[in-house]
Amino acid sequence: MATEEQSEGLVFHPMDQFAIKPLFGGDAVHMYTPTNATLWMALTVLCIFALFVLGTRGRAIVPTRIQSIAELGYGFIHKMVEDVAGKDALKYFPYIFTVFCFIVFSNFLGLLPKAFTTTSHIAVTAILAMAVFLTVTILGFVKNGAGFLSLFWISAAPLPLRPLLALIEVISYFVRPVSHSIRLAGNMMAGHAVIKVFAAFAPLVLISTGIGLAVTPLSIIAITAIYALEVLVAFIQAYVFTILTCVYLKDALHPHH
Amino acid sequence: MEGDIVQMGAYIGAGLACTGMGGAAVGVGHVVGNFLSGALRNPSAANGQTATMFIGIAFAEALGIFSFLVALLLMFAV
Repeated sequence: MATEEQSEGLVFHPMDQFAIKPLFGGDAVHMYTPTNATLWMALTVLCIFALFVLGTRGRAIVPTRIQSIAELGYGFIHKMVEDVAGKDALKYFPYIFTVFCFIVFSNFLGLLPKAFTTTSHIAVTAILAMAVFLTVTILGFVKNGAGFLSLFWISAAPLPLRPLLALIEVISYFVRPVSHSIRLAGNMMAGHAVIKVFAAFAPLVLISTGIGLAVTPLSIIAITAIYALEVLVAFIQAYVFTILTCVYLKDALHPHH
Repeated sequence: MEGDIVQMGAYIGAGLACTGMGGAAVGVGHVVGNFLSGALRNPSAANGQTATMFIGIAFAEALGIFSFLVALLLMFAV
């Protein structure tokens, strides 16, 4: 076994956990095949449903524990939209809250052992980010007409600098959906891959008792510490995605600098 | 033989793209450090600026993410 381990490197590949597999056997993945990604997205929606529909069904004046969690989340995002994007952005609060719930629940569900993190796939986050980008761009033109282009023409800067700044602003505007989606997917993927790398080091004591005695406890401690960090990152990345959506929305509603 | 050299270059480039992490680390540390030193001087104003800090972190981090993107492109697209 020892020679096999040395030639193979790690016991399992840290990126294996992101593989998309059909749920009911077979290898071919078509657009209609139920895969593990479909399963965990459905579980995400079920959890959101359970928290916000079943949890608040009592509509108690003194909320139960689950109802107060739902109310806390609602109030948190409501205040964020109001603070960052302004009062007139509250019309778009349902969409922003939906995006936040989906991301935060898929991030947390992905932290369960053996789970599949749907948000670790750029395909998923790119759809979320493109939806935000297209909505915000169309909204900006609908609300302000051609005045939306003043977002790129910074009137506070000296006149000779403005064309250069306009070029930079246009580039940074079109990079938005890229960074918006890859930030979330990259953070999720990297965190989970790091956990798996340490998990692959953990059984080293079974292979070589010399160095394994030192490496195994260290890697188990490292898994625990990084898992705690990942719980934090799972929430913060959902928060960052949502707050950037609010920032982009504010640019669309009030493009004048 | 030629393909091997191209692949070697891609792997070396993907490894070098990791230096972007250091840049992102400096940026994020700078944002949070300055926020903290400001917040300790005026704790009453700190709560209102947490959102701004996270926006700053996100923008600083985005450039580190682009190096990750370059590494991904080198590994899987080139």
